[in-house]
Amino acid sequence: MKRFPAVSTLIVIVAALYFLVPLYATFDFSLRMERGVLSFAAYRDVFQSDTFIATLTFSAIASLVAIVLGALIIVPTAYWVRLKLPKVRPLVEFLTLLPLIIPPVVLVFGYMRIYGNDSFLPLTTTDPGTNVLLVIGYTILSLPYMFRAVDNGMAAIDIATLTEAAESLGASRMRTIRTVIFPNVRSAIMSGAFLTFSISLGEFVMASLLNRPAFGPYLVQMGQDYAYQPAALAIMAFGVTWASMALMQLFATRKPGQRLFPRIPSFTPRSVKP
Amino acid sequence: MSFLTLEKVSKSFGTNTVVKEFNLGVRKGEFVSFLGPSGCGKTTVLRMVAGFETPTAGAITIDGQDVTRLPANKRRIGMVFQAYALFPNMNVYDNVAFGLKISGMDKSAIDRRVKDMLDMIALGHLADRYPYQMSGGQQQRVALARALAPQPQVLLLDEPLSALDAKIRVSLREDIRNIQRELGITTVFVTHDQEEALSISDRVIVMNKGRADQIGTPAEIYNRPKTRFVAEFVGTLNMFEARVTDASTNRLSLAGRDIAVPSTNGAALTNGETITLALRPEALFMQEQQAGDIALEGRVQHFGFHGSIIRAKVAVNDQTICVDMFNQANFTMPNVGENIRLYFSPADALVLAA
Repeated sequence: MKRFPAVSTLIVIVAALYFLVPLYATFDFSLRMERGVLSFAAYRDVFQSDTFIATLTFSAIASLVAIVLGALIIVPTAYWVRLKLPKVRPLVEFLTLLPLIIPPVVLVFGYMRIYGNDSFLPLTTTDPGTNVLLVIGYTILSLPYMFRAVDNGMAAIDIATLTEAAESLGASRMRTIRTVIFPNVRSAIMSGAFLTFSISLGEFVMASLLNRPAFGPYLVQMGQDYAYQPAALAIMAFGVTWASMALMQLFATRKPGQRLFPRIPSFTPRSVKP
Repeated sequence: MSFLTLEKVSKSFGTNTVVKEFNLGVRKGEFVSFLGPSGCGKTTVLRMVAGFETPTAGAITIDGQDVTRLPANKRRIGMVFQAYALFPNMNVYDNVAFGLKISGMDKSAIDRRVKDMLDMIALGHLADRYPYQMSGGQQQRVALARALAPQPQVLLLDEPLSALDAKIRVSLREDIRNIQRELGITTVFVTHDQEEALSISDRVIVMNKGRADQIGTPAEIYNRPKTRFVAEFVGTLNMFEARVTDASTNRLSLAGRDIAVPSTNGAALTNGETITLALRPEALFMQEQQAGDIALEGRVQHFGFHGSIIRAKVAVNDQTICVDMFNQANFTMPNVGENIRLYFSPADALVLAA
């Protein structure tokens, strides 16, 4: 008879409590805005704020553009490195890890120096220009996650043979990437995309130093000015992250031709005979 | 005239030359196989024909057109890979239609062609399936249909049966041959399996260290191997050392017996030299077949029952000889340890060049 794994169960319970108790405390606190009753008043308050909607929309759009840009850079790069330059893969891997090593503040100050007032390309002097810099910054932040996800996706399929198969059928390299490689690493791109989204949505340093009306600086500002609303925002941010993770899982495990969600059987009412 | 020609084709990777001045002419509609051990250069030659590798020297022509530097996607080549290489994101229909869409064919013509191809491989009912929903044999049939759909000039098969189980292999290789005959498509097949190569090819090219050791029909390759390598690689051989006693009449001395071989297989004999004489296991008999057969004394070491074949190991002098016989109900097998006589016809003995 198998022994009950007491030690591992205990470790799981302690770890779960370590994670869940503060979360529960935050959630509980976010419900106590109105004295004496538990309510969603703090959440209502947040949703009624125009700044919340505006900053969330701004960050969501910036994140989505960063994801598209990241995918357009990473997919062909990872493909080419795997296909033609396998020896430089460690170098590319190292380069994509740099955003985890170099703090975003360094990157932003670099931007300010290169694209400042006296630059040949003074992007920081206009709002659209600064937005472009923010998106590029988010794209750079996404590199470690995007590259690894896409590279793993490519490792799972034999891209060299698939490329040769497509070429033997007359496909150009671009068509091969578009119709064969891209669709087959789509779930990997989605995984990288959801990670990127959850990271850049609440990003503070870049948005704040570039003075952009993003969600990260809004969260910090709320934390300084209010008590209950930041707790509600923290819970919502967790919700967005978890939803991203769940969607990532869903896309990563889906096979071609499979429905995203199982078909719901349709019920036809039976005719009742009198 | 040859439809596919390789003229003095060489390929080097750095300092390593894997194909050396390779020459071959394949007639239109011919089925040729490259046979050889791993690393002999057979796949490299195929990949150069496909356009996936560029020759270091030499020229490749298809139907008179020099394709040596032509990119793979412009060569009109159909290729079937060992690992199937079906596009995982596409169902069977889309996989087969892929090359047709690229060629710019209109939708109704694509529909008809895909249907014809799927009927040809008897998988029309699986058009909606994805590769992961099919067996290896089914996937390779689809890969064959996909390669043939755009009507390529040459069909290249890179060990297409290696990943399949034995039974499927046999049935699929027969299907491949039938389809190839039906379509009359020039086909190059790469394999390390001699049975496969011998059973379906018009001609076999036995490759060794980047060169063609012998090019010939399956019967020529098996019955008259020109080099020791071909003889050893294709089938099983018993080898004996013999001394040339009269080079002008091809007379040899083997284990004290005088033999006159009708052919030296192209080898020049010199009086007194020691040469290798080879015999296939099926060329040895336990009963004399005709007058003039040479007899060897031996002792039975082992009998192996293989259904239709009985394989015996017999010790002759200081070496073990392999003997194959058809299983016959009235045949009484000698006991292990029993002394027997083995007979062979001098006409079946092969003189091997070094």
